[in-house]
Amino acid sequence: MDRDDVVSWQRRTHDVDAFDSLHPSDTEEAHVLAVDDSLVDRKVIERLLRISSFRVTTVESGSRALQFLGLDEDKSSGHFDGLNLKVDLIITDYCMPGMSGYDLLKRVKESSALREIPVVIMSSEKVLARIDRCLEEGAEEFIVKPVKLSDVKRLKAYMRRDSRESNKSETGNRANANRKLREEEEEEEDNNYDESDLSASSPSPPACSVSSSPPSTSSSCSSFPSSAAALAAMDERRL
Amino acid sequence: MEVGQMQRRLVEFTKSLFVEGFLDGQFLQLQQLQDDSNPDFVVEVVSLFFQDSEKLLNDLTSALEQQDVDFKKVDAHVHQLKGSSSSIGAQRVKNACVVFRSFCEEQNLQECMRCLQLVKQEFYLAKNKFETLFTMEQQIVAAGGSIPATEITSF
Repeated sequence: MDRDDVVSWQRRTHDVDAFDSLHPSDTEEAHVLAVDDSLVDRKVIERLLRISSFRVTTVESGSRALQFLGLDEDKSSGHFDGLNLKVDLIITDYCMPGMSGYDLLKRVKESSALREIPVVIMSSEKVLARIDRCLEEGAEEFIVKPVKLSDVKRLKAYMRRDSRESNKSETGNRANANRKLREEEEEEEDNNYDESDLSASSPSPPACSVSSSPPSTSSSCSSFPSSAAALAAMDERRL
Repeated sequence: MEVGQMQRRLVEFTKSLFVEGFLDGQFLQLQQLQDDSNPDFVVEVVSLFFQDSEKLLNDLTSALEQQDVDFKKVDAHVHQLKGSSSSIGAQRVKNACVVFRSFCEEQNLQECMRCLQLVKQEFYLAKNKFETLFTMEQQIVAAGGSIPATEITSF
């Protein structure tokens, strides 16, 4: 497989053609929460989603997303005290100032109230470590930007409530397939690993650091999951 | 000029933008998102890009003029510009940003300043091209014609 041709990674296989109707009911359009700090990208993703028959809410940050989902950023109890318009899918940019898409993904998956909501990550950078990290944390798919209509049409496959059950047997196979792909890629990548994702590498600016807020190891785009500091920071924020 | 002639000019001009690398496939995606319910979508997004990015270019300029240049900050701005130019299919702007980022990584101030000039050049060139494109479209619509869909088979 030519690595350059791959533009999205999925955690499990989906037969998109078999899905004629949207969950939860045929009369209701699925509601997508789109998170992106870029104004231009928010406009584009909103249109992409609307034209694909989704209802859309766009927000500019992870913390706004959590507020919208009824999960206050600072509280770890996960109880709903804000607006909670039912969300059927979250699609989020990875690289955002403050809370990254990965951080948002983690918060959603850690919440008993929200973890069933499928999360899709978008990123302009095709970094294998980043992709793995997101898929392992529970993202349904990692889409390489710019997002196209065909990417959005695929999202319908994630709306089914019982998609986890029906795909359980496939998950194992998919995970193995992903691991194999990763191993193959890693052999080639050893010499030209994206430095921006290795905190231990020689000093080079992280891919999407933002200097306005002090970078915390778990939310900065350059954090590498196996670094002890990142793990420690993540543990602090756990429920 | 009659409508048919205007339409032909538009098709030729649009093709040239692809051939010369100003636009890439993502622009075609945007055009697909435009319909009767959203007839000005492309103009709106592209205008938003130029408004939003103008500020980004100003921020970049001042960031590079600092005593102690914060290359992380510069890189973050370029990353943003790269992302949004990519989203509208402004290929040459995006490519200029890619080069720029590599010099940010090297913390090479001189090259970064040169890159900024190149990015600005591409930015204003793209703006010019888009304005021409939209003006041509407007003229066709004003004359009662419809905008021909962009065919990608021949280039």
